[in-house]
Amino acid sequence: MCLGIPGRVTAITDDAGLRTGVVDFGGVRREVCLAYVPETEIGDYVVVHVGFAISRLDEAEALRTLEIIAAMPGAMEQELGPQLRDGAR
Amino acid sequence: MKYVEEYRDPQLARQLLAQIHAATTRPWSLMEVCGGQTNTIVRQGIDDVLPEGLRMVHGPGCPVCVTPLEMVDKACAIAVRPEVTFTSYGDMLRVPGSHSDLLSLKARGADVRVVYSPMEAVRIAREEPRRQVVFFAVGFETTAPANAMAVIRAHQLGLSNFSILVSHVLVPPAITAILDDEECGIDGFLAAGHVCAVMGWREYEPIAARYRVPIVVTGFEPLDLLEGILMAVQQLESGRAQVENQYIRAVRRDGNQHAQDAVRSVFRVADRTWRGVGRIPSSGLELSASFRPFDAALRFCVDDIETQENPACIAGAILRGTRLPTQCPMYGGACTPRTPLGAPMVSSEGTCAAFYNAGRLAETGAPARTAGSVS
Repeated sequence: MCLGIPGRVTAITDDAGLRTGVVDFGGVRREVCLAYVPETEIGDYVVVHVGFAISRLDEAEALRTLEIIAAMPGAMEQELGPQLRDGAR
Repeated sequence: MKYVEEYRDPQLARQLLAQIHAATTRPWSLMEVCGGQTNTIVRQGIDDVLPEGLRMVHGPGCPVCVTPLEMVDKACAIAVRPEVTFTSYGDMLRVPGSHSDLLSLKARGADVRVVYSPMEAVRIAREEPRRQVVFFAVGFETTAPANAMAVIRAHQLGLSNFSILVSHVLVPPAITAILDDEECGIDGFLAAGHVCAVMGWREYEPIAARYRVPIVVTGFEPLDLLEGILMAVQQLESGRAQVENQYIRAVRRDGNQHAQDAVRSVFRVADRTWRGVGRIPSSGLELSASFRPFDAALRFCVDDIETQENPACIAGAILRGTRLPTQCPMYGGACTPRTPLGAPMVSSEGTCAAFYNAGRLAETGAPARTAGSVS
């Protein structure tokens, strides 16, 4: 839960006053709270812990880190859970 | 250098290792306090390729492992109530309590659900207003902002059927407690990168100055760790004791102010018991007075719990870094990730699980090596 997975923000919405977005983690997409990174825009890369973006990263860094985490057995599933259906959120 | 070829940049890894070997003239013990870092060090065999005498000690860096037995028992006591939907991160489910664990209760019919964010628990509370939804709020500073926002959100939405069982711990007081121990032989620390992404590193500056220990904020990738180790050794060899930041791509000195503000508004600092370490003053968080109605321990009155640790498990010594998993008679036999006796064998961030998954063999009959024996 402390690993932190980098991903790319693909959508930003307002969920009844809460800044929320969809983040793509190399193909796995999850709903993520963006309240702590108010400066984030669509296309930015963020580090996500337990459903919250905590900091921003540049793209090259994010892709490299994602590759390393994807190679850790079970790490993606443990942090992100089962993949969302396309278009579900 | 058996695993170096698997690194992202083997050339750079070899260079960093050569620099570490060149810089190290005396024995030093460094402690990491981050389960992700422990996992990388053990899996990549970093501890095997360091110079003789430069030792990595694996500290209490696994949030699941340091959650006290009493809290696991409280979680179980709440989860069996018929009106309760108990939500938790998956790796808490198999942590043994005194009598049971959450997964066994689930198998016996308790409504226990795995979530990946406390906001999912809030959503369940919105969608199922007849259920009392409880979230097991464990973790270090990395998960505290998420739990703070879940409570703020439940408050905004007027959800009277949502509460959290809080077992939050803070890293700097644990480092201080380790340094205050007379048998502590730790010469320097690697601070957890993502804890510092939230909190920054100002809190570590007085610790480095007071105890004369270098503290290097470090990421969890193999190259990060090699660089963090090098920076700590260079400080030790030149007699410096400062906070330095290896993980510059994600961490600023002030951390994330928005996240810190939310944590401060929902929680206040409290004494906490760390499993295996004991009670440490001001080492955790509890709900502040105005958010106490969201405290599951109060709502379900689970304060009188008698706990019983498994006497065969040496998790306490593992978490303090005074014993290695391979020195435990239960390791790999009676205790495996499939049949864990203690929390460090459950979570992928636990030291015992990291050793087991890396295929490290038990040293039968080996004497205990204490944290103070090298330096």
